[in-house]
Amino acid sequence: MLEIRNLHVALEEEAKPILKGVDLSVEAGKVHAIMGPNGSGKSTLSYVLAGRDGYEVTEGSVSLGGEDILELEPEERAAAGLFLAFQYPVEIPGVSNMVFLRTALNAQRKARGEPEVSAPEFLKLIREKAAELNISSEMLKRPVNTGFSGGEKKRNEILQMAVLEPRMCVLDETDSGLDVDAMKLVANGVNALRDAGRSFLVITHYQRLLDHITPDVVHIMVDGRIVETGGPDLALRVETEGYGDLVKSVA
Amino acid sequence: MAVPRKALAEAKRLEAETLLAAAPLPAGAHAGWARDARASARSRLLEMGAPHRRDEYWKYTSPESLIAKDPGEAAPRADDADPFDGIGRTTLVFVDGVFAPDMSDDPAEAGVEIQPLAEVLAADIHWARDLFGVLEAAGQDPVSRPLATLNTAVAEAGVAIHATGKAGRPVELRYIHRDPGSDVFLRTLVRLEPGAEMTLLESGAAGARFNTCMEVSVADGATFHHVRSQGREHERRAATALFARLGAESTLKSFTLTANGKLTRNEAVLEFTGDDAVAHVAGCAIGDGDFHHDDTVFVTHDAERCESRQVFKKVLRNGAVGVFQGKILVKPGAQKTDGYQISQSLLLDEKSQFNAKPELEIYADDVQCSHGSTSGSVDETSLFYLRSRGVPEAEARDILVLAFLDEAVQEIEDDALADAVRAYVADWMERRRG
Ligand SMILES: Nc1ncnc2c1ncn2[C@@H]1O[C@H](COP(=O)(O)OP(=O)(O)OP(=O)(O)O)[C@@H](O)[C@H]1O
Ligand SMILES: [Mg+2]
Repeated sequence: MLEIRNLHVALEEEAKPILKGVDLSVEAGKVHAIMGPNGSGKSTLSYVLAGRDGYEVTEGSVSLGGEDILELEPEERAAAGLFLAFQYPVEIPGVSNMVFLRTALNAQRKARGEPEVSAPEFLKLIREKAAELNISSEMLKRPVNTGFSGGEKKRNEILQMAVLEPRMCVLDETDSGLDVDAMKLVANGVNALRDAGRSFLVITHYQRLLDHITPDVVHIMVDGRIVETGGPDLALRVETEGYGDLVKSVA
Repeated sequence: MAVPRKALAEAKRLEAETLLAAAPLPAGAHAGWARDARASARSRLLEMGAPHRRDEYWKYTSPESLIAKDPGEAAPRADDADPFDGIGRTTLVFVDGVFAPDMSDDPAEAGVEIQPLAEVLAADIHWARDLFGVLEAAGQDPVSRPLATLNTAVAEAGVAIHATGKAGRPVELRYIHRDPGSDVFLRTLVRLEPGAEMTLLESGAAGARFNTCMEVSVADGATFHHVRSQGREHERRAATALFARLGAESTLKSFTLTANGKLTRNEAVLEFTGDDAVAHVAGCAIGDGDFHHDDTVFVTHDAERCESRQVFKKVLRNGAVGVFQGKILVKPGAQKTDGYQISQSLLLDEKSQFNAKPELEIYADDVQCSHGSTSGSVDETSLFYLRSRGVPEAEARDILVLAFLDEAVQEIEDDALADAVRAYVADWMERRRG
């Protein structure tokens, strides 16, 4: 599904290298997790995948379902089925959550040559998904993420994912800031979307989330590289031992 | 180089003479009080002089083309639709400043009393006598507003509205522009008796050059809503003035949408004279290229526990210029005043520019006043967020522009009217998509 080959990325402004040769391949239907110390480049990877400005790919390639996506605009990547749940979801005062999501869904459908979803159809869809995530209709009417608590913002990201139904979901620390119940809601939301045609790349610092969303593969990123890859037990090891040895092995 | 004070005053006086000489003396019968009001305006104008680019109050906007002998040419736009078309209302149409009864609804259906200005000035109507030229004259202190005084001296067309109860639906004054060289003066008088309620709509460019002045007296417990759109002609010029006096527990909400226009100066002068009243003035200006838009607001709190809000937003592109001069004056004794003022611009490129001069002048100790002014560009993080969800860039930018304006649009209390304004702006944005 997602093929990242020898990806080197530098900050455009400072020409500072952040990713220094990332290799990663997420197969269809699989859940991969990325862990790693603060500042190791996890969010940078997620932004580069989603097409954010300010980063320069100096080497390497990224393809989604066999198609090279590095030349695509962010909206084209979204229409191609890529979704990023942001580490820090953005507040947009003045734009209602509901209008935003409908605009996004229909824009994607239009880009794919599919018919747009009518207002009543959309209302039914979003009500159903919102209920599963315990998101009130009042929250749907409010401006995007504006005044939402940290946990509400994260649930709102998962709601967007559930409505947009991407095939490649990148979750950047969706678990941070969540209480135990919210964590379960989010994990259930993710698990409900798991199927053979959909893949996940879950960035997290904690085993806690991985208790609910069992990953197939766990990667450790240190200083812009994947330094170790293993099964779910690798995450458990990090949880008890920390990154100490892995960081040293790089230095 | 400083012009000697005396020479400037003399130049302003001469210019005022020219202005008065150029405009014909209002014909038609005038009652004694109306004749006096006209004469007083003439002598006041000569005394204060015409506006001059060296006046502090005209620092950011040159008045020259507003007072030039030649009003300039402006191509009328036949496709300038009325944003309020979907709203049930009584519409009175003016074509190049002349009332067009055959194009208008029957004013008798309006739910308020509407008379031509000339009729009111010819009669002995005490509410009109207490209003015409009176609020305008009171609004000359501490800053002079000569274009409004000129209007008092010469404007013949317009309506006088008297609301005694709750009007069932809005009244619209629709200003159609057909003659490319029309120089239009209109005067509006509005009196709301205690407890009365009405909504007044205005739309259209009116002429190549438009000088309009509205005096509104909102009696105790009355409510006045005002929503206007200044059309979307590119070459027209306009100087508008709104003078309002608010009684106790009254409400005034005025919103202005300006799309395009070479030059617009919108002045609003509000005064609280009774306690516990509320006045909001708001505006959205959207300009592209040869566009200069100036909101100049002066709010005087001379009563207790009144709330004033000024919310002005401007979206500027291709070298468009925005100006905001807003002042809140809290007089001694106007305790528990709640004053808020915000003016913001969204600059869509580096050529556009915004000048803001927010002022507070407070002589009471127990008040809450705040003001803020910002100027910025579209937030890149928000833009990326929208795009990452699949919204194409141009559409995402438009969404953010509309969102930026919405704080001002929300000042319109009626949802249908607010939506009409939103739709008008969305169309304007959409036409500009690359
Ligand atoms: N726009 C930027 N400007 C300056 N430095 C940046 C920028 N983006 C990323 N960096 C730097 O790149 C490095 C990687 O940052 P990134 O946010 O990708 O780390 P992370 O692994 O997601 O960390 P965390 O676990 O704290 O979320 C850090 O040193 C960070 O300071
Ligand atoms: Mg991060």
